[in-house]
Amino acid sequence: MENWRSYQKVILPDIPGLHKIETYEREGGYEMLRKVLTDSKWGPKEVINEVKAANIRGRGGAGFNAGLKWSFMPPKQEGVPRYLACNGDESEPGTIKDRRIFEYNPHLFIEGALIACYAMEMDAAYVYIRGEYADWIDMMQRAIDEAYSKGYIGKNIMGTGHNIEMYVHKGAGAYICGEETSLMESLEGKRPYPRSKPPFPAQYGLWGKPTTINNIETLACVPLVMRHGADWFKNTGAANHPGPVLYGISGHVNRPGVYEYPTGMLITDLIYKVAGGIRNGKKLKAVVPGGSSVPILTAEQIEGITMDADSLRTVGTFMGTGGMCVLDEDTDIVKFLLRIAEFYDHESCGQCTPCREGTGWFVKVLRSIYEGRGEMKDLDLLLELCDTMEGRTVCALADAAAWPVRNTIQRFRADFEAKIARSGVYSVA
Amino acid sequence: MPCNMESMNYTFTEAEKAEIQRHIEKYPDRRSAVMPALWIAQEKFGWLSNDAIRLVAETIDIPYAHVYGVASFYTMYFKEEVPPHLLEVCTCFTCGEIGGEEMLAYAREYLEADEKGRSKDGLFWTRSAECLGACDTGPVCQITNRRYVHRLTKEKVREVIEALRAGKEIPYEPIPLNDQSILDD
Ligand SMILES: Cc1cc2nc3c(=O)[nH]c(=O)nc-3n(C[C@H](O)[C@H](O)[C@H](O)COP(=O)(O)O)c2cc1C
Ligand code: SF4
Ligand code: FES
Repeated sequence: MENWRSYQKVILPDIPGLHKIETYEREGGYEMLRKVLTDSKWGPKEVINEVKAANIRGRGGAGFNAGLKWSFMPPKQEGVPRYLACNGDESEPGTIKDRRIFEYNPHLFIEGALIACYAMEMDAAYVYIRGEYADWIDMMQRAIDEAYSKGYIGKNIMGTGHNIEMYVHKGAGAYICGEETSLMESLEGKRPYPRSKPPFPAQYGLWGKPTTINNIETLACVPLVMRHGADWFKNTGAANHPGPVLYGISGHVNRPGVYEYPTGMLITDLIYKVAGGIRNGKKLKAVVPGGSSVPILTAEQIEGITMDADSLRTVGTFMGTGGMCVLDEDTDIVKFLLRIAEFYDHESCGQCTPCREGTGWFVKVLRSIYEGRGEMKDLDLLLELCDTMEGRTVCALADAAAWPVRNTIQRFRADFEAKIARSGVYSVA
Repeated sequence: MPCNMESMNYTFTEAEKAEIQRHIEKYPDRRSAVMPALWIAQEKFGWLSNDAIRLVAETIDIPYAHVYGVASFYTMYFKEEVPPHLLEVCTCFTCGEIGGEEMLAYAREYLEADEKGRSKDGLFWTRSAECLGACDTGPVCQITNRRYVHRLTKEKVREVIEALRAGKEIPYEPIPLNDQSILDD
């Protein structure tokens, strides 16, 4: 796939001032909203079908076809409100992309959210943004205010008789609020404990009403699909996981950053040709391809692997949020995993015993290995803990905490064993 | 409820009440305004004392215990009286591998912080942060729930601390979109 070299950015194009509504309009912005609202060819069903055909796989981590999710909404009942929840919690470590949309192309997201509300016959969109993004919340609020004043949001949009409201909700520092049902509890003003499913949000969502939740980048793809067509989207990047995507590359590379390219890029191209290679001329040790919860890859494993679900599956990992952390040969993998474990321990809501206890034990055991007090049987204990957590809790945080532990131990076992072997020496001394 | 001198100071102005009312109207259930109202209370009082929480509960007209339960869940709501400036240095995932811990340790050393991370002069406190969503410009630090300081170095840590000491505002640090020129070898 060499055509990425001539790729033209569409989510974050280099157009100065694109965050301002006048510039966005000049570039054809809000025309797709106008089209769906006024052209009788584009009824809600037709829009859903187009988005489904494009196969936008959710950019929030789970990779579910957005249009298919939209089609799960029950038939509209008069007098029963319906909601869109826009997930801008962006708290999965390594994930740095939605913030760029808030800053550089907020109207693309707003237009996408409005088209989604039209297609699913919704009354309002709630944009949940992590509290740490205070400056970017202000930017989003400004953009929404502009769109209100131009008549794209609110009552009787563009004189078409459609009403859609849009509100920003500021988080206050809790990773769990990115989980879809926790986000809804948080918006409802409760302690944000995830709900058990079913019922799913389409049946019982915000305030018990039909609700769909999508990631910010997912929604930003919607006007692009409407403008260029589902076929264009489907034929961009990898066949089963198509479209433009924001790759967030961090760690030991020369040019860390957010890069927009099609899906299906070789990981090696992203590291060496896009992000400028490993800094200080070091060798690569490991790559976490899509946020802290996805399984880590060794340097050998990434050869020939591309950033899409099918290719990543062959090496037992996922696209996640597209936030890639690159680690060089000097990385202490045990310490790296310990810090990830501390994150999940800190962020577990504590509702389920396997998660609350398991994340705490991960930290204790990994710290003892890191500090030179570990034993070989600790590695088995960690893997057994993973068994007690995976698939046994209300939400997927427990899985997200267990996957890195299981996979890092399996793939870098020698690093753990070396620490443990040395700990014997220390305890004698 | 006891009406002592202290709780008498805990009131919202008419403008603040109107702002909370606007938040209530955004949602179909007034309970949803609890987070925005807690933000307003914290901005005003600096932290969320029991009296501040009680004021929020009364203003929205929901039970105190409910508001307390929400406030206590989130790390950005301060549940104890805190110094005016908070330095939250990310030591998570990526930042942990590119010097975040060293930057936090340096900030604490420079501030002569105690074991709770509070500076000797009582003006600063420090915390280790979880991923702030700016891993590509790490190590990164957030100042008192708002400004990000990117690509921290020891000099930058000192500059930020001195600027805050001098009563200056830390300006917004723009991070341009990345240069996508392709590097071939
Ligand atoms: C613990 C946890 C945290 C999550 N955090 C986020 C997040 O910060 N942002 C996000 O978009 N999705 C997050 N998700 C995924 C959401 O639950 C949900 O799948 C997603 O927002 C759906 O949008 P999409 O289909 O457009 O990706 C998280 C999931 C879990 C289990
Ligand atoms: S799995 Fe963990 S974070 Fe999710 S609901 Fe259970 S305790 Fe809470
Ligand atoms: S790990 Fe520090 S900002 Fe992401």
